[in-house]
Amino acid sequence: MTADSRITAEQPWYDLFSRGARDWIRHNEKVRAALKHSLPQIVSDGDVLTKSGDHSVFVPVKFLEHARFRLTDPSSEQGVGQGQGEPGDVLRQGQQPGDGDGEGAGGEGEGEVRFVMEVTIDDIMDWLWDELKLPDLKPRPNATVNDDDYVREGYDKHGPRARLDRRRTMKEAIKRRAVQEDAPAFTNDDLRFRQLKRRHSPALNAVVVCALDVSASMAEQQRKLAKTFFFFATHGLRRQYSKVELVFVAHTVNAWEFSESEFFEVTASGGTAASSAFNLSLDILKSRFDPARYNCYFFYASDGDNFSEDRASAQQALAELAQLSNYIGYLEVLPASFGSGETEMSRLMTQARGGVASIGISKVARDEDIWHALRHFFMQEAQRAEA
Amino acid sequence: MENNLSHYVPRIEELARKLGLDYYPVDFEMVPNNFMMEIAVYGLPVRMPHWSFGVRYIHQLVRQTMGHSRIFEVMFPGNPCHAYLVNANSIAENVLVTAHVIGHADFSKNNQLFERFHKMGGGRIVEQSAERAHRIEAAMEQHGKQRVEAVLDAALALEPHIDLDQDLHRPRYATHSAAPTFDPTTTFVRRFQELTGPNAAAESDDAVHRLPIPPHPEKDLLWFIAQYGPELDPWERDIFLAVREEAFYFYPVFACQIMNEGWASYWHARLLREAEFLPQDLYLDAIKAHSDVVRPIAAEQQTALSINPYHLGFMMWEKIIARDGLEAARAIMREEDDFGFIRNYLDRALAEELGLFVFDAQEDGEIKITSKSIHAVREAILAPKFNFGAPRIAVAELRNDGTLVLDHDFHTDSRGLDTSRARKVLDYIHTIWRRPVVLRTVDGRGAACEIATE
Repeated sequence: MTADSRITAEQPWYDLFSRGARDWIRHNEKVRAALKHSLPQIVSDGDVLTKSGDHSVFVPVKFLEHARFRLTDPSSEQGVGQGQGEPGDVLRQGQQPGDGDGEGAGGEGEGEVRFVMEVTIDDIMDWLWDELKLPDLKPRPNATVNDDDYVREGYDKHGPRARLDRRRTMKEAIKRRAVQEDAPAFTNDDLRFRQLKRRHSPALNAVVVCALDVSASMAEQQRKLAKTFFFFATHGLRRQYSKVELVFVAHTVNAWEFSESEFFEVTASGGTAASSAFNLSLDILKSRFDPARYNCYFFYASDGDNFSEDRASAQQALAELAQLSNYIGYLEVLPASFGSGETEMSRLMTQARGGVASIGISKVARDEDIWHALRHFFMQEAQRAEA
Repeated sequence: MENNLSHYVPRIEELARKLGLDYYPVDFEMVPNNFMMEIAVYGLPVRMPHWSFGVRYIHQLVRQTMGHSRIFEVMFPGNPCHAYLVNANSIAENVLVTAHVIGHADFSKNNQLFERFHKMGGGRIVEQSAERAHRIEAAMEQHGKQRVEAVLDAALALEPHIDLDQDLHRPRYATHSAAPTFDPTTTFVRRFQELTGPNAAAESDDAVHRLPIPPHPEKDLLWFIAQYGPELDPWERDIFLAVREEAFYFYPVFACQIMNEGWASYWHARLLREAEFLPQDLYLDAIKAHSDVVRPIAAEQQTALSINPYHLGFMMWEKIIARDGLEAARAIMREEDDFGFIRNYLDRALAEELGLFVFDAQEDGEIKITSKSIHAVREAILAPKFNFGAPRIAVAELRNDGTLVLDHDFHTDSRGLDTSRARKVLDYIHTIWRRPVVLRTVDGRGAACEIATE
């Protein structure tokens, strides 16, 4: 006869530690790392631009698959079932290809399950800055961009009532009372007032004008590229400046200012006269943002077409904009198949760069190109500010 | 509650022995539900950490929360066996589970496949796997999480690629061919020389020569990489062998699932039926749990697109025992695995009674019954079980520059490999092998193709 079986109670640590949760956390770390590579897709939908600071985006992600050798999927899969039915019976109808492609078909196999991961914008920007080794920007150095600021500094026995520091005063009184006999509760000598000092501080405000060509030649894909770029550019500036204001301008032959949500919805038909957008931006900058107090950034995305009749006025407006701005970024979004050769707009920009202006030009056709464009802009801007 | 269970368990065991069940003692442990779930996810109570288990864990957590899946017991054969019961289950459920576990214990001691792997592995799987897990955690401390994880990525991806016909512990290949032993006094040689016809043995090179590595296609990828990896650190080799040892443990459970679950279900039903000491209400509750476990088709449905191994196995054993008696059934239990069991004992009458059919699921989602023929049904049940459920891949060649050449036997598998997954696995292997890795297979259209790293 063998030894008898035993029944034991649970080990106490079972409740305290979950290996499954530990490995799940590790999986999520890996997903997070993998997310870095799909940043453009993350931000290409939703109104992610104007929301600021500590907010985060929810990104649908797939579970990582630990690959194993597997045979190719057969055109149809065989299995064994049980129940009523005869050969030839259809147990479930097929679907038309295309329908149910989205949410409807979800949750069939394990591979289909998705979950949502919260990623903060700050994290995204940190990854990006690490990845692209982007520099920190410097505020405009030589212009009159200084803010006068009052900061607290030290204490005095005299001052206006409003700046009385009660805690300090109390401490002084206690100290005095400790060494005096028959001491009065407070004397004038106990009073302490905060001192203020005037100090120069560089302006940490920035205004970013995102101008977009919405004429008929700009397709959905090109706009998405522009939007993604605007997103990263503005958030990059947010890392540097304490306050970033956004202005959205869209144009065809005329230009309008929009809110963010409307901005990316706008479609218009008609031709392209960039001067309209440049002039509107100038008006906005002049009327609402004091160039002495704001660092101005002007980003313009277009497919490069512009009426040749508009050349002179665009040139003039651009020159004026360049005077006002820290930096002008021009993003030429190209259809996937584009011909080489210089466009009207890039010619204009190159010309303007010949002057004093700091202007960056980038051509973007695919999501990956955005990184080059960003790197280009920020490196150039940093060098300029350095100089 | 636990007192109650320990009140019934010795009596159930007494009854089991009287009915001829023969098994190693079982250590039962009552555990909370979350721990139970982890045992099911990892396959072992304490096992090496890896992120892929985290994914399975979440799937299981979701299923369980939605009420699709409930785990009653997990049992690890060995001497002693280890069985885990959920402490939140009712006494009736746990009495049923105890009887079920005793059925498993009987099966795993007597079935030849289990017995062979038990002898090779040593029968202490729970303790061994925990030890291995601790060693791997220590390696993480020492060499960093990333490096250990890279080794586990490769080793766990190759988990089913072992050679089941070889021993768990096997020597490295002979480096040289053995000198031909030619003893003229043996019967074979005498009879060979008596043969008519040209009386010369085929020209054979008598000289001892160096053998290639591997000397024959090697199916045991885990073993091969561990033994012949050109730049493998000892601790990396350890991890490969650890995964391999656990794969050897899992094989009999995998290859006998229908038989084993059926056998345990048969015995829990019979033990409860014959346990006169059980109060009536407890018996009724337990039998209700039994019918939930062996239910083939969800209550509200007409058909199921999968088979319940508990149900199929249970029905088959009931038939066999009713027809041929318990002794014959025990002989089958000792000798077969699922392949023999299904092919030899799932007959036309039973398949018809159970309404088994083969279906075809098209890519567009259409599902159609294609056959009810017994041969088609048997083969379709067994199809996912061949070769540990994995494509047949073997090491073909180790080139002079250290390149590892793998061959996929696409003739036997009838089609090629999923190339994107295969590429990923090759990348995993490459990290550890540190030299080029090449895999020869066919693509989706049947044209020969070679997948290589870098």
